[in-house]
Amino acid sequence: MEQTVANDRIMVHVTINGESRQALAEPRTLLAYFIRDTLGLTGTHVGCDTTSCGACTVLLDGIPVKSCTILAVQAAGHEIETVEGLEHNGQLHPLQQAFWDNHGLQCGFCTPGMLMTTTALLRSQDDVNDDDVRRAISGNLCRCTGYVNIVKAVLEAKSRMREGG
Amino acid sequence: MFPNPFQYYAPQSLDEIFQILDKYGDEAKILAGGQSLLPMMKLRLAAPSVLIDVNGISQWANVNAQDQSLQIGALMRHRDWEHALDSRVPLLHSTAVHIADPLVRNRGTMAGSLAHADPAADWGAALLALKASVAIQSAHRLREVPLREFFVDTFTTVLEPQELLTEIRIPLPQNDAFVGARYFKLERKVGDFAVVGVAVTVVLNPEGVVTDAGIGLAAVGATPLAAVNAESLLRGQRLTLDLVQEAASEAAKESDPITDRRGSEDYKRAMVNVFVKRGLTAVHKDWQLQMDISA
Repeated sequence: MEQTVANDRIMVHVTINGESRQALAEPRTLLAYFIRDTLGLTGTHVGCDTTSCGACTVLLDGIPVKSCTILAVQAAGHEIETVEGLEHNGQLHPLQQAFWDNHGLQCGFCTPGMLMTTTALLRSQDDVNDDDVRRAISGNLCRCTGYVNIVKAVLEAKSRMREGG
Repeated sequence: MFPNPFQYYAPQSLDEIFQILDKYGDEAKILAGGQSLLPMMKLRLAAPSVLIDVNGISQWANVNAQDQSLQIGALMRHRDWEHALDSRVPLLHSTAVHIADPLVRNRGTMAGSLAHADPAADWGAALLALKASVAIQSAHRLREVPLREFFVDTFTTVLEPQELLTEIRIPLPQNDAFVGARYFKLERKVGDFAVVGVAVTVVLNPEGVVTDAGIGLAAVGATPLAAVNAESLLRGQRLTLDLVQEAASEAAKESDPITDRRGSEDYKRAMVNVFVKRGLTAVHKDWQLQMDISA
């Protein structure tokens, strides 16, 4: 049984974007801050910090979650994917490219969360329509785009990925 | 933002949980999905000195159907009902899609929502309508409490500091019965708490007579409420327009909302009326459709 004295730090071992990393964390450290401040991956954004906006969304064992509302120690032994894991060898992921091409971002603050949520959507469903995308991103707030171009980008990414096999 | 410091335990068995609870009692809080508890701890509305993370209790991540009841383990998450429709309890799916947002639904648990006892929570209303009960366990005893006796007050239940909510049990209708259900939620924006939430579930026999009815109300009282008088008006009757209207106004009378920035008392009562009517009407239409298909 893991146990700690308050303030005592625990060794947290995670697989993040396929890489094995470990670092000490206080039990009260939230996963978002562990990823950003301890592991140095600042692609994951902290927006509202009150479980409302979804900017901090990461994939935990493939499932999108708000990393500001889960403790780093809870992710120990699990697999995390962040926005840094999307591009390969300097090539943007088709989803990232579609966001770029369709103006799916303006200030870009919500984009890492949007990308992770929609990555999970495209993986889980072979066919997605406008409604599926809107429902999937209903926990991710964007104050710039009005969502129209985000939805467009996700749908286009899906058809490009299908063509690309 | 970050919570006050606390000691963290991640037990792998019930015995370990009970040992920790025995030692710390009400200083300890149970962490399941954490989608209410962690936000409260970050805002320092809650500052437990010990956190018991129960996500390692794998036996709780199961659903079983036995003895005419559905037994839902304490680690079943909202998403499990969002992506599945059980035709014997359609209300679960109908409700799940309205809870918070998809990201919260991926973590939050049904049992955690009940134990948290927010009067505006969607599961409270839905599971009251389904006449569910909860299994409560401590090191010394195991008891089953009907949900209708579980909620005491806002954020307060009959759970003792040494006890755990381990399972939710929902009675299942006869195999051949028709079950129709709806969950309606008035919210200011997606993901918000309900201004008013209404859960309706009705079992109808082939003659269209109501053999069982459940109506649960969210955000219109100090706890989630069951509209028991409205339910008893329905039982043994056909769903006529007059009866639906009568049951809806009875449910509105049974609700006990307060005026706040989400709406006035009168407005919320009126919405209960509208939603009960809408729910019962929709269920009746479902039933007619079903009869037409099988005829």
